[in-house]
Amino acid sequence: MLNYTIRRLMFAIPTLFVISFIIFAILDLSPGDPTGNLPLTIPPDVREKIRESLGLGQPFPIRYLKWCQQFFVNEPLNLIENWTGWTIGDGERLRVTSWSTRSPVVDLIAERMPQTLWVVGMSYVVAILIAIPIGVISAYRQYSLFDQIGTFVSMVGFSVPTFFTGLILIVVFSVNLGWLPSVYDTTHKVTDWSSFWVQVRQMAMPTMVLALATTAQLSRFMRASMLDNLNQDYVRTARAKGLRERSVVLIHVLRNSMIPVVTVIALGVPAIFGGAIITEQIFKVNGLGALLIIGIQGADIPLVQTLTFLFAVLIVFFNLIADLLYGILDPRIRYD
Amino acid sequence: MPDGAEPILDVSDLKTIFRTRDGEVHAVNNVSFSVAPGELVGVVGESGSGKSVTMMSLMGLLPSPPAEIVGGDIRFDNEDVRKMNPTRLRALRGGDIGFIFQDPMTSLNPVFTVGYQLIEPLRIHLGLSKKQARIRAAELLALVGIPDASKRLSDYPHQFSGGMRQRVMIAIALACDPKVLIADEPTTALDVTIQAQILELIKGLRQKLGMAIIWITHDLGVVAEIADRVLVMYGGQVVEHALVKDLFARPQHPYTRALLETLPRVDGAREERLRSIEGQPPNLSAHPSSCPFAPRCGHVHDRCRSENPARRMVSAGHDVACFWSPPNAG
Ligand SMILES: Nc1ncnc2c1ncn2[C@@H]1O[C@H](COP(=O)(O)OP(=O)(O)O)[C@@H](O)[C@H]1O
Ligand SMILES: [Mg+2]
Repeated sequence: MLNYTIRRLMFAIPTLFVISFIIFAILDLSPGDPTGNLPLTIPPDVREKIRESLGLGQPFPIRYLKWCQQFFVNEPLNLIENWTGWTIGDGERLRVTSWSTRSPVVDLIAERMPQTLWVVGMSYVVAILIAIPIGVISAYRQYSLFDQIGTFVSMVGFSVPTFFTGLILIVVFSVNLGWLPSVYDTTHKVTDWSSFWVQVRQMAMPTMVLALATTAQLSRFMRASMLDNLNQDYVRTARAKGLRERSVVLIHVLRNSMIPVVTVIALGVPAIFGGAIITEQIFKVNGLGALLIIGIQGADIPLVQTLTFLFAVLIVFFNLIADLLYGILDPRIRYD
Repeated sequence: MPDGAEPILDVSDLKTIFRTRDGEVHAVNNVSFSVAPGELVGVVGESGSGKSVTMMSLMGLLPSPPAEIVGGDIRFDNEDVRKMNPTRLRALRGGDIGFIFQDPMTSLNPVFTVGYQLIEPLRIHLGLSKKQARIRAAELLALVGIPDASKRLSDYPHQFSGGMRQRVMIAIALACDPKVLIADEPTTALDVTIQAQILELIKGLRQKLGMAIIWITHDLGVVAEIADRVLVMYGGQVVEHALVKDLFARPQHPYTRALLETLPRVDGAREERLRSIEGQPPNLSAHPSSCPFAPRCGHVHDRCRSENPARRMVSAGHDVACFWSPPNAG
């Protein structure tokens, strides 16, 4: 297992470098001009100076290596300094800096991260908690009324995009009923029970919208996996041993059915971050998705590069997690 | 011999139907048999003759729907199995009756250790503590001839060979000292040398533990080797029932006779190739109103097509469900 982990890790590192290069190259080729949004009264030679001050004068490979140094060396060192309070070297390092705000990109991301994590993380947890029991029951009572309703709701969750469900929820719960706020207030601080309640209410809709889509997918997956396993011979053996039906299903069948589902859950984490981009726009959540959109609109290439690369890191990382979980859950893989 | 002994398991007129989307399957039709303590009864019949469904019906192991036991009486130790409440039925399964299935490669749960799977019935039925159960589990593995038993408890099924897995299955089935062991084609999926080893093992265990055994197989050779009595099944019915020596000496039913002819002979001249029985297995979509073997039978006459023959006695302990009698029947 250790060997397997190390092998997978060794593979992840070059993968990430290749991805970072591709992202850097593609964004470099894109036609955006960081001075495009500046007032037209600024003369061309001043614009050229501004471009140079942003580091655009240098050739492509140099800029890539500089970015690598900033991102892979300077930023981590900076993080370590912030966490531990030490000073490494002289503490003066060039950081990846946003073109439009002139502040370090990592600080911007750190600022936006909590909102996204709350909404995305919570929606994922909610989705998993709903999807697994639904999947188990739908499979165990295949073709029952419960299963039929589950199938229908999943179809809806699958086929209706989040920007549509989001708007429907806003129309129903904010506009017509007035129960929930339609805009997520990022500056809200939880200090006591009543402010906690406000937080819960403002999180409810974005979380539910994201959770619906994920639940639909996960519960179908869980159901299929359960059905596969319910017909296996070992289930009959478990019954023939005189186990309670509950133990048969919730210990023997569930444990086997979870193996593929857990991998899908792990692989789905980066995807749901992507999905959050749209949901954040709808509910005005000031999270990473919103930051990315602002960056794209302002041709803020360092910001977009870093965010895109972080998404790539998430994907590679959760692939690794999925592989490891597979190994942990399935002894047939663990011992190879 | 079992004559006169009180049966431990007594089944009469068992009838099981599958209600599927494509109509009914009458898989078991009025099957009756009994097993006495310490006796080994062989059940033979080609694939699809209802052997497994009969045994699974006894223990309520069939998925319902589609399966439904529509009639019959099942008595275990004079207790009506069909009237048992769920708790008692669970105690019967794995406690009083052990079950071994055909395919050892898929019958064990791949994600739990062999020890865990062996300890489960010990804890439920015998109420042993974890520690006691582990000791007993190691004893059981040793009993079925697995070397290094206490170490192997923490191994997973995929770390065992097919023959060893079947030994584990036998250990699980025997875990709580069952009074009856039902073995559903336990050696069919194994190669011949392993098959012989498992047969030896069961023969030995039977002497040591003295339980009744129902041994399902489609191999008459195996039956000849280990069984006391034989039930021949065809189309969900018992078509012939006799002591082993009687069955081989004076087979009555044309199907039994055909089965015996398909056996490769040790003495006589070898035939060109193994013979199999001509024709298709019967259609089970309705309750049989004629002899199920009639379409494939060489001795068929009109009555066979209009009436399903009942089992009739030929001699003491030997009965057959056929209108025809072989000419030299004694
Ligand atoms: N779940 C099921 N649904 C419908 N028919 C079944 C089912 N299980 C078994 N049968 C039918 O019951 C008959 C007897 O099967 P079985 O007892 O498994 O035969 P065998 O003698 O080979 O063990 C077969 O015709 C089979 O098609
Ligand atoms: Mg069978």
